[in-house]
Amino acid sequence: MQSPAPSDAPIIEIKDVTKIYGSDVRAVDNVSLTVDRGEFFALLGPSGCGKTTLLRMLAGFETPTEGTVIIDGDNMANVQANKRPVNMVFQSYAVFPHMTVAQNVGYGLKIDGVARKEISSRVEEALELVKLGGLGARMPDELSGGQRQRVALARALIKRPSVLLLDEPLSALDAKLREAMQLELVRLQKTVGITFVIVTHDQAEALSMADRIAVMEAGVVRQVASPAELYEHPTSRFVGDFIGQINLFNGNASPAGEGKVNVSATPLSDQVLNGTATGSVCLAVRPEKVSVSRDKPANNNLLSIQGTVADIAYYGGYSNLYVEVGATAPVLAEITNAERDIGPGYTHGDAVWVSWRTEDTLLFAE
Amino acid sequence: MSTLTNLLRRKNRPEIGPLDYHRRLWLRVTVALTLIFLYMPILTLMAFSFNDSKRNIVWRGFTFKYYEKAINNSELIEAFLNSLTIAFVSTIASVILGALTAYVLWRFRFPFRAVYEGAMALPVVIPEICMGVALMVFFLRTGFNTGGWVWPFNLSAITIAHIAFSFPFAAIVIRARLESFNTELSESAKDLGASEFQVFKDIIVPHMKPGLIAGALLAFTLSLDDFVITFFTSGPGTLTFPVKIYSMVRFSVTPEVNAASTVLIVITVIITALALRLQNRNNMLQAG
Repeated sequence: MQSPAPSDAPIIEIKDVTKIYGSDVRAVDNVSLTVDRGEFFALLGPSGCGKTTLLRMLAGFETPTEGTVIIDGDNMANVQANKRPVNMVFQSYAVFPHMTVAQNVGYGLKIDGVARKEISSRVEEALELVKLGGLGARMPDELSGGQRQRVALARALIKRPSVLLLDEPLSALDAKLREAMQLELVRLQKTVGITFVIVTHDQAEALSMADRIAVMEAGVVRQVASPAELYEHPTSRFVGDFIGQINLFNGNASPAGEGKVNVSATPLSDQVLNGTATGSVCLAVRPEKVSVSRDKPANNNLLSIQGTVADIAYYGGYSNLYVEVGATAPVLAEITNAERDIGPGYTHGDAVWVSWRTEDTLLFAE
Repeated sequence: MSTLTNLLRRKNRPEIGPLDYHRRLWLRVTVALTLIFLYMPILTLMAFSFNDSKRNIVWRGFTFKYYEKAINNSELIEAFLNSLTIAFVSTIASVILGALTAYVLWRFRFPFRAVYEGAMALPVVIPEICMGVALMVFFLRTGFNTGGWVWPFNLSAITIAHIAFSFPFAAIVIRARLESFNTELSESAKDLGASEFQVFKDIIVPHMKPGLIAGALLAFTLSLDDFVITFFTSGPGTLTFPVKIYSMVRFSVTPEVNAASTVLIVITVIITALALRLQNRNNMLQAG
């Protein structure tokens, strides 16, 4: 009766899913999402936002209080975790300490009753894939943290799941290794062509790896978009603030006709901008869009504010200038140190102008 | 007096620091006295098992005679075999019951779980004499009189009593071991397709293993040298090793009693040492 799902249908469909713990803790609140086949999808949010609960509902370790989860065309409502076409890489890696690396990786196949000969050849293949070839006889306590994670990856991938779930897979690694693993995970995902769903609280990690990101806050999905779209066109103050750095000015807006609004946000007043939000609003701009100059910029297409340099933080390739302008917080401008030995060219207490293009300005309804 | 002080605290040593307790005289004396009171009686007992004297009050020379005598004492050997049989059966039963109890208490949530957990640990704190009397009355009232049965079934009552007081010890040890289990391990196995039973067999039992062994050794030693409960629950003709020694002592303390006791001490010490070693390795694995 049910025809196999066409290959362009989403691999995961989450429909109106709510998870309530106890009587009134809404860990996940009416979430609807789709993940496409072969996609690298990230669930991003601060701790306690419900992203891990959502992932565990995909794996089958939590049951939705309301709503449906469909994986590869099948409703998962009555499918136990051990029967789902998904595999998971746990935050602690959960490598079985009493089994060798090869036994760990081959465990899922052994459970499925695969012939021993096929298990050993597929284990070798999987270990090769995660660059652990030849380490099959090692015990987990003889491996480094990064190697243990590769074991967990190989073990989850060997069953060729429809979806691989990763719960904060890089949080236990040191910074250098984490960066290398980010690239490697992306490479691995392209090689095997399996859909990856990763949970992370690290926005840089999500931006650099994922094809699409769902930003969650307090059990609710705030925005689902590509990394560039999320960064350049956040639809809410929360997303703008959570992804990267941002300058925020609180103010009010009134309609000015033709899809434009008149915004006053201390210390800016009567700026006519594109947008529809009226009433209490928040004007925002990314720090790298802000330029700093000693004289007032002549261009009329710029928003500019006069202020004094309050702090300078030097980061080598760029410097952060904090300019006091009389708003609630100083304006942050990220200046590229393009020329050797010159640096940002400003010192503490300098009177400067900060300015940015009107089209780089973001406007959030409050 | 001053020579003694000089002997214990050599003069040219550096000043004793505030935390150098091991170099203080009063502490050394306390430790020495503690060790003497603890171990001198036992060492004396062991030494006098080689004494060539029937009354065994004064040392009269070295001999293995009484070990020979003990081995040829068929009642003593029978009691020893009884004890080993009871200990063996009750250990196996205690570990299985203890492991299952520990697993249920750890894995599931149910009403009055804390009450069950407390009730399980109760035999550990109940005075043995009370348990002994209670079990004796229980066996009498229920007419469970195994004394006339054929060996080894004539030991049933004692074995049941031993399981009753030693399985809580096994359960407590195994329960403690399970506390260190990372639940992501069982979730991971389940994620890879394992059923609840496969998770138990492949992941949880291997994790329990050091606890199972430690619990087994504990149950074995507890059963082997139990006197009070055994005394109350053993019928006529079902002697165990400790009870037999007690009845021998009532006539006179011959070196034969010392010899038999020495054997029991040696067995108990070896098994306890093994249990401690396993426990230590266990802790080291957790730390590492």
